[in-house]
Amino acid sequence: MGKDKLVIEKPLYDRLPIAKPMVGVAGKTGLWRVEKPVVNNSKCTRCFLCEIYCPVNVIRVEPETGVEIDYDYCKGCGICADVCPVNAIEMKPE
Amino acid sequence: MGEKLVLTGNYAVAYAAKLARVDIVAAYPITPQTTIVEKIAELIESGEMDAIMINVESEHSALAATFGAAVAGARVLTATSSHGLMYMHEYLHWTSRARIPVVLALVTRTLAPGWNIWSSHDDFYGQRDTGWILSFALDNQEVLDTTIQAFKISEDPRVYLPVLVALDAFILSHTSMPVELPDEKQVAEWLGPRRQGYVVDGRELLAIGNLTWPEDTEEMVMDLWRAMEESYNVIKEVDREYGKLFGRSYGGLIQCINCSDAKYLAVAMGAWSGDLMEAVNMLREEGYSIGVLRVRFYRPFPHRDIWEYARGVKGLIVYDRAISFGAWGQLYTDTVAGLYQYTTKLPIISNVIAGVGGVNVTAEEFYELTKNFIEKIEGGEEPPRITWYHRR
Repeated sequence: MGKDKLVIEKPLYDRLPIAKPMVGVAGKTGLWRVEKPVVNNSKCTRCFLCEIYCPVNVIRVEPETGVEIDYDYCKGCGICADVCPVNAIEMKPE
Repeated sequence: MGEKLVLTGNYAVAYAAKLARVDIVAAYPITPQTTIVEKIAELIESGEMDAIMINVESEHSALAATFGAAVAGARVLTATSSHGLMYMHEYLHWTSRARIPVVLALVTRTLAPGWNIWSSHDDFYGQRDTGWILSFALDNQEVLDTTIQAFKISEDPRVYLPVLVALDAFILSHTSMPVELPDEKQVAEWLGPRRQGYVVDGRELLAIGNLTWPEDTEEMVMDLWRAMEESYNVIKEVDREYGKLFGRSYGGLIQCINCSDAKYLAVAMGAWSGDLMEAVNMLREEGYSIGVLRVRFYRPFPHRDIWEYARGVKGLIVYDRAISFGAWGQLYTDTVAGLYQYTTKLPIISNVIAGVGGVNVTAEEFYELTKNFIEKIEGGEEPPRITWYHRR
C-alpha cells in the first residue's frame, strides 16, 4: 500500500454524484436531542467506528485528544454509543 | 524482450495485477471464482506482490469492497464469473456512475439452470448497459496486455470509468500458452500513480449518492456518456503507447485481418475469433475475398472502425455466442445499428448464433458457414438474416 502518491485530477466531464455536506435547513438540530452522548476519552481506543457510523457527520476522532462531538447538530440517536466496542460513549438524559 | 512464462488466462490476469501494482483485491473466494484470485493470493503470500487481499462473503460485497477501496484511493482489481457477475450487477452501476476507476476480470461462463461451466457470452452481455468499458480478449497474451491497459484507460481523467476485461471460460481461462511479461518497472512508470477524480478518505467531508434532482441526474448520465465517447480515443492511444513500449498492440478497439480489400467481412468477439481467422485463411487460399473483424472493445462500440472496413462490402456475417431472447445476437444488433450511423444503404448483414452453452465451433465449421454465406450472395440469393447453428 501507498506505493505511489495518489493523484486527484478533475475529470474532463466532471458532473459527479458527490456532495459536500452542509448545515441543513432545519438549523441547529441539537435542540431535538433527548439523550446526549457523553464521551470518556480515557477509554477511547481511536478505532474511528463512531466517526464512521455517525449518520449526521458530527463526530471527529482526533488521534491525540479522542472523540469530539458537535453538539449543535448531534440529534442524540445513540448509534455512536451502540457501536463503541469499549463503551467509551454513554447516553445520558439532557 | 521480457520474461516469458507459460500461463493460463487466469494466471495472466493475476500477473497483470502484479505488474500494475494493484493495492487491493477484494474477491469472493468460492465458486464461481476462478484461479485468478487463487494465484493473486499466492503471489501476495510469497511476497512477489505487495497488495492486500480481502476475502468477502459474496460477489456483491466483493465489488462493494473493491469500489470502497477505489473511492479511498487504491488501485484495485476484482474477478468473477457467470452468476458471480450477476450478483455484482448492482455495484457495476454504482462504480460507473460514481466515475471510479476499477478493473474487473470476467471469465465468461454460461448461466444456469442447466449447470454449465463452459463459455457463453451471456454474463458479459448482461452488463452491456452498466456504463463500464467492456473488452474481450483473444488469447492469454492479450488477457495480460489488456488488463494492464485497462488500468491506464480507467484512470485517465478523460475517462474515469471502470473497465471489464473478459476471457472465455476454459478456452482461455484454463488453457496455457507462453505469455511475455513486460518489465515491471517500465509498466509502473507508464501507468504512473493511481489517478482519480475525487477521494473519500476522511480528510474532507464528501458524500456519494445523495438525493439528486432529475435534471442533475440526467446531466451526470450525459457526462458518463461523454466520458464513454471520449474513451474511444483513449483506448486507441493507450494501445498505441503500449505497442511502442512493450512491442504488442492490437489495433485499438478492433482487429481486422485480411480486411483492406475484402468484399465480405466475418465479425466475432472472443477466443473463437481465432478459429474464424483460420477459416478465413482457408477461404482466402481458395480465392474468397473475405476478412475477419474481431471486436476487442464492445463498449464503447467501435462503429467508426467497423464502418471504415465495411464501407463498400457486399455482406457481413456476424457470429454471436449469445442471444438477446426475442431479438438477435447482441453483436449483430450493434453492428447493424452502428453501420446505420453512416449509411442508409446497408450491405447484407446476417447473424449466426452458435457456440452457446460452450458448444465447440471449429475452424471447419466457420469455414462452411462463412462460405455458404458468400456463395448465396454471389449466386444472387439473400441469405437468412438470423440462423441458429447447431450441428446435433
